[in-house]
Amino acid sequence: MSDVVTNFTTTIPDWRPHVTPVDLESATPEQLEAMKVTPSNAGVSEYVRVLAHDPESLQHRSPLFNAIMFNHGGLSRAERELSAVAASIVNRCIYCAAVHGKRYNMLTKDDQVMDQVFAEGDRAELDSRRRAILNFATQLSMCPSAATSGQGQDLVNAGLTPDEILDLILSASLFGWANRLMHTLGEPVEPEQSNE
Amino acid sequence: MTDRNVTLEAAGIPSGSKLAEVVAGRADVMALTQATMEAVLSPRVPGGISPAERAGLASRIARLNNESTLAEHFAQLMPDTGDSPAVQIADPSFSGDGDPRTSALIRHVDLVTVSPRDATPENITMLTEVGIDDADIVRLAELISFVNYQVRVIAGLRLLGEII
Repeated sequence: MSDVVTNFTTTIPDWRPHVTPVDLESATPEQLEAMKVTPSNAGVSEYVRVLAHDPESLQHRSPLFNAIMFNHGGLSRAERELSAVAASIVNRCIYCAAVHGKRYNMLTKDDQVMDQVFAEGDRAELDSRRRAILNFATQLSMCPSAATSGQGQDLVNAGLTPDEILDLILSASLFGWANRLMHTLGEPVEPEQSNE
Repeated sequence: MTDRNVTLEAAGIPSGSKLAEVVAGRADVMALTQATMEAVLSPRVPGGISPAERAGLASRIARLNNESTLAEHFAQLMPDTGDSPAVQIADPSFSGDGDPRTSALIRHVDLVTVSPRDATPENITMLTEVGIDDADIVRLAELISFVNYQVRVIAGLRLLGEII
């Protein structure tokens, strides 16, 4: 059995479900339809096959996820990923943090910000804009939310427009959802060595 | 899907406001948020978690997040008898009154809402031990996770309204 990954990393782990994924061969037409609309259409992951146990929510969840993370305009894609990582750190979802930390690095072509964030959490040394984004997304991810209008004002002072702040709210909130699925329905494990 | 949008109603966005204009730019997200809410609260196939129980749990999750407006919305979906199980579940001080299934549901909902970082594989085992099957575990997870998303969107929108 593979080892569970317990530290933040940008090496994407495998994900081992705690419940049995839906078998594609015995899936209902509704489950197949819901699985078709996945964030990436490159095969159906075990995670999506687990979520297919509830096809009615999955059917809306996938396009909602894509809209929040990839809609045109508003906050940059990289900054939406930073927001996702902030939530994933609060909720200690190692898998989500890895996927979205790596995506941040690819979009910005810079590993230093994520190295700082993983090492120092919300004490990471960042420029004022990234700091304001990280702070706000972190505080919104607490239960209950601890975000304040002062932290909102920091976003305005750092140059974020209202459209950008809305996207920040949506992406941090979305990971309050995604982390609670990914981190409770399964766990991150060291990737298996390929035999090829 | 109805024309109502519970998330926007709970956030209390004045019509014609700057905030209303900003939110209109993400109308697709808001419509899908409403559609998902309907799918987790009143699905066509509820499985082993009844619509009344879902309303009670959703109201509880909103209360654990200090989101009283949304909690009240979900409370209105519950049967209106004071001693119904759903009404009891909605109260965060109620812990199941010795019923194994209800106690397990509540324990899981509270853990995943308040401190998801502390979840372990044993938390899923505790659900299966009281007879909750894989499909219901996923249905429950989507309900918990969605409402935790929704309360943050509402909290964020209220803050945005204060600063623009």
